[in-house]
Amino acid sequence: MTSIGTGYDLANSIFSPDGRNFQVEYAVKAVENGGTSIGIRCKDGVVLAVEKVVASKLLKHGANKRIATVDRHLGVVYSGMVPDGRHFVDRARDEARAWRDTFKTPIPTADLASRLGGYMQAYTLYQSVRPFGITAIVGGFDSELDTPVDGEVGSGPKCGAGGKGEGKKHGGPFLYMIEPSGLYWGYYGAATGKGRQAAKAELEKLDLSGSGALSLEEAVKEAARIIYVAHDDNKDKEFELEMSWISGADGPTKGKHQEVPKALREEAERLAKKAIEKDLEGDDDEEEKKEGDKMEE
Amino acid sequence: MEFGTSGSLNEDGIHVDMDRLKKGEVNLGTSIMAITFKDGVILGADSRTTTGAYIANRVTDKLTRVHDTIWCCRSGSAADTQAVADIVQYQLGLFAMTNGKPPTTQTAASIFQEICYANKDRLSAGLIIAGWDERHGGQVYSIPLGGSLHKQSYAIGGSGSTYIYGFCDANWREGMEEGDAVNFVKEALKEAIKWDGSSGGVIRMVVLTAKGADRHLYLPDTDYAVRHN
Repeated sequence: MTSIGTGYDLANSIFSPDGRNFQVEYAVKAVENGGTSIGIRCKDGVVLAVEKVVASKLLKHGANKRIATVDRHLGVVYSGMVPDGRHFVDRARDEARAWRDTFKTPIPTADLASRLGGYMQAYTLYQSVRPFGITAIVGGFDSELDTPVDGEVGSGPKCGAGGKGEGKKHGGPFLYMIEPSGLYWGYYGAATGKGRQAAKAELEKLDLSGSGALSLEEAVKEAARIIYVAHDDNKDKEFELEMSWISGADGPTKGKHQEVPKALREEAERLAKKAIEKDLEGDDDEEEKKEGDKMEE
Repeated sequence: MEFGTSGSLNEDGIHVDMDRLKKGEVNLGTSIMAITFKDGVILGADSRTTTGAYIANRVTDKLTRVHDTIWCCRSGSAADTQAVADIVQYQLGLFAMTNGKPPTTQTAASIFQEICYANKDRLSAGLIIAGWDERHGGQVYSIPLGGSLHKQSYAIGGSGSTYIYGFCDANWREGMEEGDAVNFVKEALKEAIKWDGSSGGVIRMVVLTAKGADRHLYLPDTDYAVRHN
């Protein structure tokens, strides 16, 4: 960063002459120091996972959750400054609640992402604030069923509705990632935090959009493996894996955002550790070969 | 304490104003209905607006658009229902723009309900919301005086509706063809107009399907036999 000291990095509302907002770029640096978060959107649901770095042995194991539920069908995970993330989640809950108040229906994931993107962006505009030091991953499952209006009397008539659009699919799993600039895109697989490079490389190997797309349970196991692969043993020794998932109404969570059950998580962790060990053995062989090559030089 | 005929004794906090209209307020003492059929929904209404015994308008349009394929039938105070429909039309227009997709009938119904419930002490509005959207097809919601929301296969409302409960129960069928459905609405409203003194004039209908909104008009001159425009 050669521009440090030029004065253009001191406040949010000042552009540098080449059109950059340094405060936002510094916020991205804060994210890059945070524990790795990933999200996987597969054909029948969404999985969120985070590498929770254990800062102290005095912290209670399994407490201090990092993945938050925003509405019954929505979950958020983030990398970066945890207090910023907590505030961001509060805002997400307010938005979801406000939508339900006016429209009497759950907020679609895309609309929540749009509103949160707008909120994040507003913190890049003013002298009096700093940008969020987080990148957030928002996962949701918009109901594919004809959901009733909240508070409607009874379940409504079983008969009557005619003239539906034939063969059209509605709802489904969705995944968005929102950056400190306010930029957000929809993803099949998203990764952020310190291990994002390795995680992205692993996500790209998965078939998430094709016809043979991953099942939800497979995605849970992949998510666990990717967090383990992205974890750097040399920098942080201890970490906990936290995972949540959202399926459709006919899936294991019945459309709700929930923590992955202990049994499945432990099974996924066992497989992840096994896969890592295998990888390491392979790596050792390669390294030996390389060293051999060098000797010949 | 005096007990009048209006039932409006609210000093004791128990009796409420049964005469919801103010003196001289324009009333839609009405016959309105909306039904689901094979391809969507049909809304129907008479056209009489009264101030007491005087017919203030004999060709009123009680079927009001709030979005392209979401309409409502209005009964009660003309002023109140127009004001509410205006607010909802604005909200749905804004919804379509900000979300890049048309609102569903239930979105419309819930906005109507919010307004009717929050202002229940001040409004006299009996509304029927009917609409077509791609996801749910044709849907009918009824919002009576207190601001509750009821999803129904078909709904009837207004003073004239009391005369046609039996007719509708006996003759409404699920999945009617458009011709049969239009005929059903017409026959029901004819009966309501015949028996209800505060209903009358022409019969108006709106047919909402994937093809959009289609208006019908039937005049009493031919006993509502001919469709105009």
